[in-house]
Amino acid sequence: MANADCIIIQGSNMAECHPVGYQWVAEAKARGAKVIHIDPRFTRTSAVSDKHIPIRAGSDVVLLGALINYVITNDLWFKEYVGAYTNAATLVHDDYRDAEDLGGLFSGFDPEKGAYDSSSWSYAEEEGGTIGEPSGPEHGADAGARAAGDLFGSGGPALEHAEVQRDDTLQDPRTVFQIVKRHYARYTPEMVENMCGIKAADFEYLARAITENSGRERTTCFAYAVGWTQHSLGAQFIRAAAILQLLLGNVGRPGSGIMALRGHASIQGSTDIPTLFNLLPGYLPMPSAGRHDTLQEYLDANASKQQKGFWADADAYTISLLKAWWGDAATAENNWAFDYLPRLTGAHGTYETVMSMLRDEVEGYFLLGQNPAVGSAHGRMQRLGMSHLKWLVVRDLNMIESATWWKDGPEIESGELRTEDIETEVFFLPAATHVEKAGSFTQTQRLLQWRHQAVAPPGECQSELQFFYELGQRIRAKLAGSDDDRDRPLLDLTWDYPTDEHGDPDPEAVLAEINGRHLDGPDAGKPLSTYTEMRADGSTSGGCWIYTGVYADGVNHAANRKPGREQGPAAPEWGWAWPANRRILYNRASADPSGKPWSERKKYIWWDEEQRRWVGDDVPDFPVDLAPGSKPDPALGGPAALSGDDPFIMQADGKGWLFAPKGLVDGPLPTHYEAQESPVANGLYPQQQSPARLVFPRKDNLSAPSAGTRGADVYPFVFTTYRLTEHHTAGGMSRWLPYLSELQPEMFCEVSPELAAERGLEPYGWATIISPRSAIEAKVLVTDRMRPLAVGGHTVHQIGLPYHWGVGNNAVVSGDAANDLLGVTLDPNVQIQESKVASCDIRPGRRPRGEELLALVAEYQARAGVTIETGNRAITDPEAEGIAPGPSGDASAGDGPQT
Amino acid sequence: MASRSFLQWPVVRQLSTGDLLGRGPAVTSAKTKAITPRTATADRVVQSVCPYCAVGCGQRVYVKDEKVVQIEGDPDSPISRGRLCPKGSASEQLVNSPGRQTKVLYRAPRSTEWEHLDLATAVDMVADRFIETRRRTWQQEDEQGRLLRRTMGIASLGGATLDNEENYLIKKLFTAAGAVQTENQARI
Amino acid sequence: MGQLSGPTDPTADAHWEHNHPRKGFFTDTSICIGCKACEVACKEWNHNPQDGNLELLGSSYDNTGSLGASTWRHVAFIEQGQERIAEARESGRALVSLGMPRIGPPAAPDLAEADTTPPDTADFRWLMSSDVCKHCTHAGCLDVCPTGALFRTEFGTVVVQDDVCNGCGTCVAGCPFGVIERRSNGTIKVATSREDQHDNHPAVPNVGIAQKCTLCYDRLVDDQTPACAKACPTTSIKFGDHDDMVETARERVANLHAQGMTEARLYGANENDGVGGIGSVFLLLDEPEVYGLPPDPRVPTADLPRMYQRAGLAVAGMAAAAALAFLGGRA
Repeated sequence: MANADCIIIQGSNMAECHPVGYQWVAEAKARGAKVIHIDPRFTRTSAVSDKHIPIRAGSDVVLLGALINYVITNDLWFKEYVGAYTNAATLVHDDYRDAEDLGGLFSGFDPEKGAYDSSSWSYAEEEGGTIGEPSGPEHGADAGARAAGDLFGSGGPALEHAEVQRDDTLQDPRTVFQIVKRHYARYTPEMVENMCGIKAADFEYLARAITENSGRERTTCFAYAVGWTQHSLGAQFIRAAAILQLLLGNVGRPGSGIMALRGHASIQGSTDIPTLFNLLPGYLPMPSAGRHDTLQEYLDANASKQQKGFWADADAYTISLLKAWWGDAATAENNWAFDYLPRLTGAHGTYETVMSMLRDEVEGYFLLGQNPAVGSAHGRMQRLGMSHLKWLVVRDLNMIESATWWKDGPEIESGELRTEDIETEVFFLPAATHVEKAGSFTQTQRLLQWRHQAVAPPGECQSELQFFYELGQRIRAKLAGSDDDRDRPLLDLTWDYPTDEHGDPDPEAVLAEINGRHLDGPDAGKPLSTYTEMRADGSTSGGCWIYTGVYADGVNHAANRKPGREQGPAAPEWGWAWPANRRILYNRASADPSGKPWSERKKYIWWDEEQRRWVGDDVPDFPVDLAPGSKPDPALGGPAALSGDDPFIMQADGKGWLFAPKGLVDGPLPTHYEAQESPVANGLYPQQQSPARLVFPRKDNLSAPSAGTRGADVYPFVFTTYRLTEHHTAGGMSRWLPYLSELQPEMFCEVSPELAAERGLEPYGWATIISPRSAIEAKVLVTDRMRPLAVGGHTVHQIGLPYHWGVGNNAVVSGDAANDLLGVTLDPNVQIQESKVASCDIRPGRRPRGEELLALVAEYQARAGVTIETGNRAITDPEAEGIAPGPSGDASAGDGPQT
Repeated sequence: MASRSFLQWPVVRQLSTGDLLGRGPAVTSAKTKAITPRTATADRVVQSVCPYCAVGCGQRVYVKDEKVVQIEGDPDSPISRGRLCPKGSASEQLVNSPGRQTKVLYRAPRSTEWEHLDLATAVDMVADRFIETRRRTWQQEDEQGRLLRRTMGIASLGGATLDNEENYLIKKLFTAAGAVQTENQARI
Repeated sequence: MGQLSGPTDPTADAHWEHNHPRKGFFTDTSICIGCKACEVACKEWNHNPQDGNLELLGSSYDNTGSLGASTWRHVAFIEQGQERIAEARESGRALVSLGMPRIGPPAAPDLAEADTTPPDTADFRWLMSSDVCKHCTHAGCLDVCPTGALFRTEFGTVVVQDDVCNGCGTCVAGCPFGVIERRSNGTIKVATSREDQHDNHPAVPNVGIAQKCTLCYDRLVDDQTPACAKACPTTSIKFGDHDDMVETARERVANLHAQGMTEARLYGANENDGVGGIGSVFLLLDEPEVYGLPPDPRVPTADLPRMYQRAGLAVAGMAAAAALAFLGGRA
């Protein structure tokens, strides 16, 4: 980011949430880069930006779409880059129909399942066919259930093959370029003014800043965080930015790209090596019943040998993983123990799990450094779910609210739960801090950094490594001798790690297993150096293929610590970045198609004609000797099929995707829909919300009516949740520390002076905020940093709610939890909840206690007339659904927006 | 402490050092003269990484008598260049916080209070419950006879201060046990 | 004897025999992100106790309030509208056209010719500024201390020796900035519902003793950067030789003025002011009062020589009068 000429921070409050990372923005700014912060609130990031542009929460696709339109209409796109490196010229099949043609829906929507069949979005094939997925189409409802979007953390979606049809003049209406152009034609500055509340002059300022700082000589960088992901179409927010950045040539180059600012020490690592239901390490999918019943089906579905790039070798990655886990028990005869893997049958994400708890289907729950009673959406559902468990294990540093809800939670106070009636057994097991255990964190730029152990954990504290190693040993010991087939995977598991004198397993031994090794031949036992050494014949093992190389030559490269000042800017000898210690992905794109740097100023990786190699400041993200002009037969498949101008080596066609023919379940192009709850009607389409969003119509998960429907005025305001610099997430690592607690001691809400006047809120007095799920109280911060926005002819007030506090007796500071107000509605690509925008009311004074609290929430629900139907229809435009409204199809039953 | 000779008397020092107003060397106490930072007297310094956000700032952990006495930024880090935010700067308190829980606690069904269990007993009890729940909630096949080989009775939710090696063991053990509902903060 | 006012080298004044340059801070508030890392790093290094009452203070994001016995760095948050920004810009410009008396520009660029287009966000701003002990050239606290607990270090900074201080409190009145304070008896006021959580907190050290920033004297003796400056994510807090700090600060002001941010001005860099200049200079974006800083601080002992002169004259006069009376009586 320090190399950028313009930095757009949108969906992130970087200076507050990543203060030390912000030094690079500050440095770019000091060198003359323009910094623009787009956010509903004026935050500490806005304070040090060149400009703050307030935006209505959830309307980002309108703004980004308008920027795309601006770039295309004004002919400001980077022609050579777009033509060569993106799929702009690729033809899409005739059957494709755009949201522009169908009132906000794309072709293939199945109203019954509330999901898309994406086959009509495919690339066109010669002779009228489509280039599908290698193992046939998967319905969006099924792909959504397994959060298939998560799979693309390292490689793109699979294609049957890469023999695409192209029109390099970009004139054919079926080209991606023309489709994109049409799709965004109505995303105008006027639309931005009407939907986002951003003035035309501010839009012009932004558009000029970005386009004037893009091209051969200059680059613009975007930074986002959960302000983009936590929406019912969060993945599409990021896609929209990706389209804009690809059009401007801002991918794979110094100071370019879209920077995901992740919020937790190793959250990147926890998706790479996923404790996620739908993934295996390295973004391989967990097998699904019916789709992946055999190893062959599984491998075929993952990647075709006919597609381009390195993902075509996913079979080698899979079998190396199975060998790492089951060693000699994984043989060619038993398909490398593929049937030892459990199968998915739908969505088993954390929110579905909580609903299963309420149905008494889950008996045991482990919370490992996580505080869902405060930190997850719909805190009440979380806590009530836990009260249905037989046993709960909480492993944490402090006595977090998720460990004490049975004693002092809000439901005890409201009378919904009685401690004496709760059957749940609770184990609190104290955990080790980061300095009391060794291991690697993967930070937000995919960099693995080793932490050395400083001291032993105090008292009975233990690392997760030690706890799970020991738990595994005990379970295996108790099952030893079992002849039950179901116990084989546990008994055959490779589970023999060397331990120290405290019984702590050696984390380097685990890292070595993750890295992988040769199993036979002259190198048997030696660590693998790179994932391209992995084989599908059982001769290699490796627990996470993208991490292969971190333990090359038996050296823990995550512990590399050559001081930064003794290295170049890429600092390759500090830690180890996956893949292959590469710092900027797709960096082949930093050179033009002929291999020369786009400009001297933005030089990074280039083709050295003499050496016949790619050289430069980083590890080239490209076959190192593949000359720029190479045009191999795409039918070769795999890395061998890559052309000299296919910089996107993990994409099945080697190109950056403006249009996504595969991989997204809610549409091939980002399209603006309103949030699940919104006081504004969608001005672009009759379709109000994302038709493919995942809704949970339940009595305990009611939604506020959207604009134009009865009861919308009962919850007239928008609220958005966020973090403060002084605290960390649900507070487990900050509200127990006096030094942090005293800096932000109390829950508060941020409101504009106008809203304060309208509702009679006293500065620093109390206010009660009511949503259809709950009501909480907070101190009132009246501030000009919150601005009412003029949207679609009326004023939209937004309320800011930090979410760090929770109700309990153990922390230094406590307070009501903002997340209690949220309901559960998920992005269908990744199953992340919409927590950055929802509807509420606010009034002065503290909230009622006990049963009266429940009565207050119920009174609002009744007044708004909300039912489990409210806001939960997939298609909100009856015409599009092809169903005439019945007698009950009036406003009281439906919730379609007025159009 | 040095012998309290009259030469140490401030008034004498005021005269002998020329610091007649008694504002400098004349008034330094023995404690002041011996002052040393605890970063200099630590037994060892260990390189670590901040456990809060994902920027991945380098930390130096100073240890004296097997206690962490100071945590500050690692100037060698090309990511953070020695700097830390307020949370990173409070890391020492995270480790040594008086409110930190270092003992195993157990709450029996319907109980209103915690009781202490020893660690080995607690881990053993958890192992028993794990096996028992897995047995009780096992799903071998779906209704169409397709292999499932799993339990939906056990779930987990992890935070992202767990490191890669820990996540790896958790995923490996839970997958082998058939517990597919393994989730973490990344979904939230 | 050392001086009590005007430009001087305070270290030499205190008769240190060495050649340490004077050390100090330069706090550039124009790049402060208000993260409060300085507050935490300071407390953590110095083991200063929590001193808030764990309730919102009612001052934007500031819940610390002011510098005190247990808070040696304090970040102020000030929200301002367009009108105030224009005033600040104008008052800063006025300082320039008056020859920048507080700045003493080093061959400043001809600002009349510079591009003075104001920065883009002009309708609202949120100022953040980390305050700290000024380590004055003429330190009131030091000059009035009767016990020798306060002393001028070899780095030119001012430090309390807690083993010498008897808690008399004279220094508290002697500080023109209201920085130094005696640490209260250690029982911090907390909301009643939370009292039980504080049972096991460690005892508060140095109760009753005057306390303030030491500019990390214990780190300086080992050539380490003070904790706050080391932590500061954006280098808003810079540490170094005082002369370099003042030089950097002047360059930064000139730079900002060239960008049209004429509201920028220095605080404490003028060695002819009432405290002889300060060791921790600041770049502010508005009048000092806006940040809670006195506009024209004056060390009480600055007038001492004059007072003694007058007192001496008076004494001499009285003696003469007495002598006269005596002689007259005899006559």
